Amino acid sequence: MERKVVITGMGIWSCLGTTLDEVRDSLYTGKSGIVFSQERKDLGFRSALCAQVEKPNLKPFIPRNQRQFMPEEAQYAYMATRSALEAARLDSDYIEAHEVGIIYGNDSVAEATMRALDSFREFKDTAACGSGAIFQSMNSTVTMNLACLFKLRGINLTASAACASGSQAVGLAYLLIRDGLQDCVVCGGAQEANLYSVAAFDGIQSFSTREDAPTKASRPFDRDRDGLVPGGGAATLIVESYEHAVKRGAPILAEIVSWGFSGNGDHISTPNVDGPARSLELCLRNGGVTPDQIGYVNAHATSTRIGDAREARAIARLFGDYKVPVTSTKSQTGHEMWMAGASELIYSILMMKHDFIAGNINFENPDDDTACLNIVPETREARFDQFLSNSFGFGGTNSTLIVRDVK
Amino acid sequence: MNREDIVKQINGLLAEEFEVEESEFAPEANVRETLSLDSLSLVDLVALVQQTYKIKIPVSDLKGIQTFTDLYDYIESHLPKE
Repeated sequence: MERKVVITGMGIWSCLGTTLDEVRDSLYTGKSGIVFSQERKDLGFRSALCAQVEKPNLKPFIPRNQRQFMPEEAQYAYMATRSALEAARLDSDYIEAHEVGIIYGNDSVAEATMRALDSFREFKDTAACGSGAIFQSMNSTVTMNLACLFKLRGINLTASAACASGSQAVGLAYLLIRDGLQDCVVCGGAQEANLYSVAAFDGIQSFSTREDAPTKASRPFDRDRDGLVPGGGAATLIVESYEHAVKRGAPILAEIVSWGFSGNGDHISTPNVDGPARSLELCLRNGGVTPDQIGYVNAHATSTRIGDAREARAIARLFGDYKVPVTSTKSQTGHEMWMAGASELIYSILMMKHDFIAGNINFENPDDDTACLNIVPETREARFDQFLSNSFGFGGTNSTLIVRDVK
Repeated sequence: MNREDIVKQINGLLAEEFEVEESEFAPEANVRETLSLDSLSLVDLVALVQQTYKIKIPVSDLKGIQTFTDLYDYIESHLPKE
């Protein structure tokens, strides 16, 4: 028997804020988290634009010998997860007495790896890497750290699926809970925001060069878009079976209705239309949802020429004559990559719970491809009770989730 | 670099790295206990000494470093000649 899967807590560490209230206000007012980094420019970046993400101070919470194992993204994820667990009313006593799992999206630990190997090469001694290096530089660093810190004893798994990692993590957690293999899973996505993590990405000329107007640079679906802006942080959702949530008296925010996924089997960086369209189609079909039941689409659109165009075609193919409201919150956050699939669920849930759709800032003119969509350029009051969220990544990995409100 | 300089410098670095007040460092105190070093974080002590003084401490020598005085002695006697 398939079980109903619900979200009972959320926490976020983002360029739009570090509390849900801050993030909600930033979304509503159309705040941009994008800045110009002189440091990146001085070091040779083609585009020195990035999201400004506050560095958390974990000293009050975690002893030095455990912090030593945590790279930047694990620190973001820790703060987001603390908040999410608190919101879900999951305390340490409950977690110690029950099996809670973790599935988190992460797909790089560039800075930690680089620093460890720099020390090794400089001193020609492996001990020079320090004690934390091995734990910091593995892709599963977020799940290994959080599972130990929060004493999680259920599934312990990292989802690495490029820019769909966060979404795939939530999808996997949904599946395990739906099928009765887990009752409660901490899930989300984390993204390092340091310059080293995106140096090679800048090298393939994927980033916007609108450096004279940083807050205008990320402009998904707009005719004059010229590339993405890298972001970072972490987002955590507590996902559990409806019965489990009711039994422990948890606040139920929303229901995960369906997960769809697909692979393009095509070019490594250039997306197509068919792959994303199949992800959307599978998600709608799996959930028994018709397009007209979706009140809002949070698009993957990152502000790249081809990516946005192909996604627009895919959405239009599935939704037909129904002009569902569409925005990309990346217009405000930049591309949060491994984190994006999870953070964008939180952004969308905040909108749904507070009856608005955050405008796709910087959307001024459509082009021939994006004109087929109903893109909302400015924040507007709107009631919707079900939304769809897309996440796509390099290598043609696609993930789509549908979430429904629970009053 | 004389012994006084070494003591002052390494104490400051250890306090910062391991987040222990320098006032807790006594010459005959046990380094591992004072700095709360386990088998993993002991590697950070080795790395710190290596990166600061270019001195590599082999595992066999680590056993002989019990007190802060032992550590100061080791650094002083293994400093590369200028």
